[in-house]
Parts: sequence; C-alpha cells; structure tokens
Amino acid sequence: MNASDSTLEIAAESGAGPADSLEQRNRRLMWRLVTLAVLCAGFGFALVPLYDVICRVTGLNGRTNAMAVAAPSNTQVDTTRWVKVEFLSHSMPGVAIQFAPQEFSIDVRPGALAQINYVATNTSDRVFIGRAIPSVTPAVAAPHFKKIECFCFNEQTFQPGETRVMPVVFTVDPDMARELGTVTLSYAFFEAPKAAPKDLM
Amino acid sequence: MSVATTTHPGGHEAHHPSGLLRWIQTTNHKDIAVMYLTFAVIMLLIAGAMILVVRAELFQPGLQIVQPEFFNQLITLHGLIMVFGFAMPAATGLANYMLPLMIGAPDMALPRLNNWGFWILPPAAVMLVLPFFLGLGGVGAGGIDTGWTIYAPLSMQSGWGMDFAIFSVHMLGVSSILASINVIVTVLNMRAPGMTFWKMPLFAHGFLYTAIILITIMPVLAGGVTMLLLDRHFGTNFYNAAGGGDPVLWQHIFWFMGHPEVYVLLLPIAGLVPHILSAFTRKPTYGYKAQVYSMWGIMFLSVIVWAHHMFTSGMSVGGQLYFMYSTMAISLPLAVLFFCWIATIWRGSLTFETPMLFAIGFIVLFGWGGLTGLVLADAAADPQYHNAYFLVAHFHYALYPTTVFGAMAGIYYWLPKWTGHMLDERLGQWHFWVALIGFNVTFIPQFLLGLAGMPRRIPDYPLMFADWNMVSTVGAFVLGASHLIFVWNVIKCVRGGKKAEARAWEGAEGLEWTVPSPAPYHTFETQPAVK
Repeated sequence: MNASDSTLEIAAESGAGPADSLEQRNRRLMWRLVTLAVLCAGFGFALVPLYDVICRVTGLNGRTNAMAVAAPSNTQVDTTRWVKVEFLSHSMPGVAIQFAPQEFSIDVRPGALAQINYVATNTSDRVFIGRAIPSVTPAVAAPHFKKIECFCFNEQTFQPGETRVMPVVFTVDPDMARELGTVTLSYAFFEAPKAAPKDLM
Repeated sequence: MSVATTTHPGGHEAHHPSGLLRWIQTTNHKDIAVMYLTFAVIMLLIAGAMILVVRAELFQPGLQIVQPEFFNQLITLHGLIMVFGFAMPAATGLANYMLPLMIGAPDMALPRLNNWGFWILPPAAVMLVLPFFLGLGGVGAGGIDTGWTIYAPLSMQSGWGMDFAIFSVHMLGVSSILASINVIVTVLNMRAPGMTFWKMPLFAHGFLYTAIILITIMPVLAGGVTMLLLDRHFGTNFYNAAGGGDPVLWQHIFWFMGHPEVYVLLLPIAGLVPHILSAFTRKPTYGYKAQVYSMWGIMFLSVIVWAHHMFTSGMSVGGQLYFMYSTMAISLPLAVLFFCWIATIWRGSLTFETPMLFAIGFIVLFGWGGLTGLVLADAAADPQYHNAYFLVAHFHYALYPTTVFGAMAGIYYWLPKWTGHMLDERLGQWHFWVALIGFNVTFIPQFLLGLAGMPRRIPDYPLMFADWNMVSTVGAFVLGASHLIFVWNVIKCVRGGKKAEARAWEGAEGLEWTVPSPAPYHTFETQPAVK
C-alpha cells in the first residue's frame, strides 16, 4: 500500500491518549454516534420549517401567499398584454359546501386590481367551520400572484343553509414572465381541524 | 496478505447457558448473527407468501380471491417486511458473523447493544403484522394499507393498523441504528493490528458506509412517522392541508430516508460480491481503491437525489432538472463498480460453484435494474412509467438481485465456515437456476405490462393485460418455490455433508479462512497481526 494508508484513521483514534483502553474508546465513539443519530432526528423536524421557507421563497409546489400583501411592489399597469386568470374550486370529501366562482376566467392587465366573487352555500343542516386553501398553477407564477383580499385569509363559519358571496381582490405582478399567458387559481375547501389550526404562514 | 494466527484452544462452550436462555441472553456475535439470519429468512417466506396471494389475484382479470382492501394490506406489508424485516436483518446478520472474523476481532465492539438490537426486531415484526392477522380473524379493519410509502393524506385516514405500523417503524429504526453504531465502532476500533483503513476487506468498507447512511436517515424517518402520529391523534397539522400543513412534506421526508435505503441494501452486497468473485476466479480483486472511492460517491450522492421519486407529485422545472441530473450522476460510481467486478472476472480461471453463480446473477440482473432506472430518472419519461408496472419491475430488478441473490451468494459462500460442512452443490445449482428463471419470468412481463400502461397497486386490470399477468404469476410461484430449495439446502448443510476445511474454497482469501471450519465459538481472542 502507499502513503495515504494512514490518512483515514478516522476520528475514533484522534483525541484518544495511549492510556485509553479499547473499551473506553468504543464507548466514546458509541456516544458520539448516538449524538449524531439524535441530531439527525432533529434535522427531520427541522425539515418542516425549512420546507415551508423554501416553498415560500421559491414558489415551488404552487404555494401562494395566504396572507394579504400590504401593497403591490410594482403599481405600474402593463397595458401591452393580457393575462388570463382561471378560477377553480373544490370541496374536500365530507365538506358540504357548494362552492364555485361567478366567472370561470377573466382577462386582467398585469399590475391592475381585479375582483371576482366566489359563491358558497352550506348544504348541510349543521354549522360548518372551515377554510379554503389556495394554490396557483403554474408554480412559477405563484410568487407573482398577489391577493389583497381573500376569504382564504380567515376561517369561515357558515350557518346551516347559509349562502354567501365571497370576493377575491388580486393583482398579477407585472414582473411575471411574458410567456405565462394563463394563470390558474384553485381553492380547496377543508373542514377546520378539531384542534385550533396554527396560523398559516 | 500474510497472517499470523493464534487460535484459542476450544472448550468455551462450557460457560454459556443452554436452551432458550442461551439465545435470549447471548452477546456472542455468531449466535446473534444466526438469529438475525433465521429471522430474515422467516420474514422472507412470510412476505413472499403474501405477495403470492397478490399474484394469484392478478392471475386473471376481475376479483377472484381477495377484496381490494385486503389486497392493499398485502402489498403494503410485503414491501415493509421485505425491506425492514428481511433485507436489513439479513445484511446485519452477515455483518455480525463475518465482520469480526474478517477484520480479526474477537467479537463486535458492543456485544450487549448487539443483543438489544436483535431482540427489538421480533416485537417490531409482531407489531407490524398483528393488525393484519387480527383483521383476518374479524377484529379491526386490518393492517397498514397505504402502500409501503405511507403517503399522507391517505395515511392520516387509515385505520389503527397504521398506528401499529408507526410504532413498529420506530422500533425497527432503533434496532437498525443500534446495529449501525455497533458496525461503525467495530470497524473503526477493533481491526487487527496492521490492518489499516486501506487494507480492510471491501466487505467492511461496504458495511461501514451502510451504517453511516443508516444513522443519518433512520432518525429522519422516525421523526416523520412521529409527526404522522401527532397529526393523526394530537391535532397537529404537519401534513394536514386544512391546518396549513402540506402532504408533500411527507413525501420529502419519506424519500429522504427511502432513497438512501436503496443504497443501504446495495452497499453491503457491493462489498461482499468482490470477495466471491475473487475466490472463484483465483485472482485478486481489481480496483480495490476505485471500489472504495465509488462507495464514497454512492454514499454522498444517495442523500441528495430523493425527489426523483416525486416527479409525478408536481415540481418546478428547475427541481426536476436538478433531481434528474443528480440521479443520473449516481450511475457513474456504480459503473465503476460494475467495471471492477467484470475486470476481476476477466481472464480469471473461473469455476461456477453456487456462490459464484449467485454473484454473477446479481451483477447481470442488477445491471438491468440500473439501466431501467436511468429511464425512470429521466424527468420527461418518468410520468409515463412512474405509476405503471414498469416501475415495479425496475425496482424488483434493482432490489431482488441485491438483497436476495447477494445475500444468498454470501450465505452459500460462508455456509461451510458456519456449519463445518460443504453445501450440496447440486441443490445449490438447482436453487440458482430455478430462482433465475422464476425471477425473469415474473418480472420481464411486468416491464411489458408497464410499457403498455398497466397501473400498479390495483387488484384488477383490463382484459388486454391478461396474458402477461398470467405468465408473471406462474413465474412468481416458481420463484417462491426456489426459496424452499434454499431452506432445504441450508438445513441439509447444517445436519451433515462433506467436511469443510479451514479454507473451504480453494481460491478464497481473507482472515476468516484462517480459523477452523466450523468457526469456534470464540475466535481471534488474540488478534492476528496483518502485514
């Protein structure tokens, strides 16, 4: 063999004085590895906030802002093009909310404010508390789709049989790439979890 | 490598308890290895029987034998048991028996930990399958039924079989972490004097890297299933979209464990096969260092490519490109390994005893698994094949040759060392050819079915898929039968046969062949000096 033979006498040997018995060295390395395993478990849980941050920053997964933007960053209206915005709605299984947009698509100028309404009816005979979760497709459009007012920002309570008109006010950021001619906004209505939901980020 | 051996005189059998207590209390690496291997073979037969029921159902279109709910439990348990109940314990068993012998250590570094590591396994296995058998008896809704990937939100809606599976995964995780710690400490601290890092057998290299990967990924999975448990019962919203969670987060956590897991299963075998190739070609291993470097490459790449399992879950173009290219990059170190294996065989004086047949079978079949993996790694092609039988055939070509052919090659290779008898060569050859034919007849049709668009995980299918499914089912039963030949052969070898010499195979090299066959209960109490 050659000179690099001894380069990889890994951490086990380092820091071990000649007085240490094999058993002591074994035990020390064992505890280091146990620590590593515990740290890795911690990393598993750290993935939760990391994942949230990465998705929010990059707009991967079509995750869109579920909180009102204070003011659109660019208020210049781009009059050279139209963007078609389509609206979808789903109720999750077991959610007795009939739920649809009044118009299924509208054309907007990037930068201009636009409003559409969703109409939702509670078809059951019990009080329904739930929340609509938004998603934007294609995912690259998600960071450019800014909602100023939306029923998805809050939990919604419906009395039995109640029908309500719920507006969405939004703007498409003029920074959005020109190739994107169509953006789809989709809502899925969920029943509120039994425990109090943590605030959406 | 020349070796000076001092074998300890016998007579040690006197000071350990006999009967059942011996097995429960033992801290001897050989005893524990025998338990690991026995456990693994039992799990192999159970999970194999489960999938034969599935194949019997798929013999013809329509629902003849089982209902879809039961079908789902069968495929889920088959996957979980094969990975966690068979493949990993089988590898750990081999490591337990052979690592101390191959690096000249008297035992594993942490014998008591070793005992705990094993004895966590049987309760974990019982916990995993108990709801399934209770369901058969009419109690409860049955076992876990989400597919082995346990995807949320389905896993949040599943019955209490899911909770049992979660605790079982916790226990299996603890067991494999304990075993991994033991392997690392043993390999780093217990080598015979003179055996430097770069003189270690490739077998030890393979297990060292496997253990490092396991310590990194198993805790993440344990955290993931803990979050699932919290979501199911304690009102948290990690994966619950209604409360601001994201089901796709589960997929990331699962595959962060799930993809390296593939290499956890591969690396021990990649370390084991060169020893067999070298023994039966009577040539030294080609490219020892290249193989070690390749294993490093695989170890590092394995943890950064996981999301290629999620191309069909929705991902940005940038993400798809990254995961596509990084996945394809893994084929480079693997290609180096293949090259070294073939170059070892090249111009050797080959004989084809049973272990050699299994080793070569592993190389050829695993090559197919790797090449079809490149098709699936292509982010543009993947959506076509991902949820079709093509993927099923692909990962069986990747995993079956690795975990079964590889483990069988190792078991047959060292069986003379363990039992003191040569195995029945004729039976071994039968086992190999029946398994090889059965395996290909099972899975080649599944490639074709997948290309034709048959979806996976569905108990029924249109008439157009009937012929190949029939062929595949026949193959599966042949393949299943081959394992009975194996069990028969092992029992026969334990009970008698031609006496094995210390060096049972003419071309075999390494410290393990310097101790008598069968290996005494205690070996290398005085460590041999390696020059």
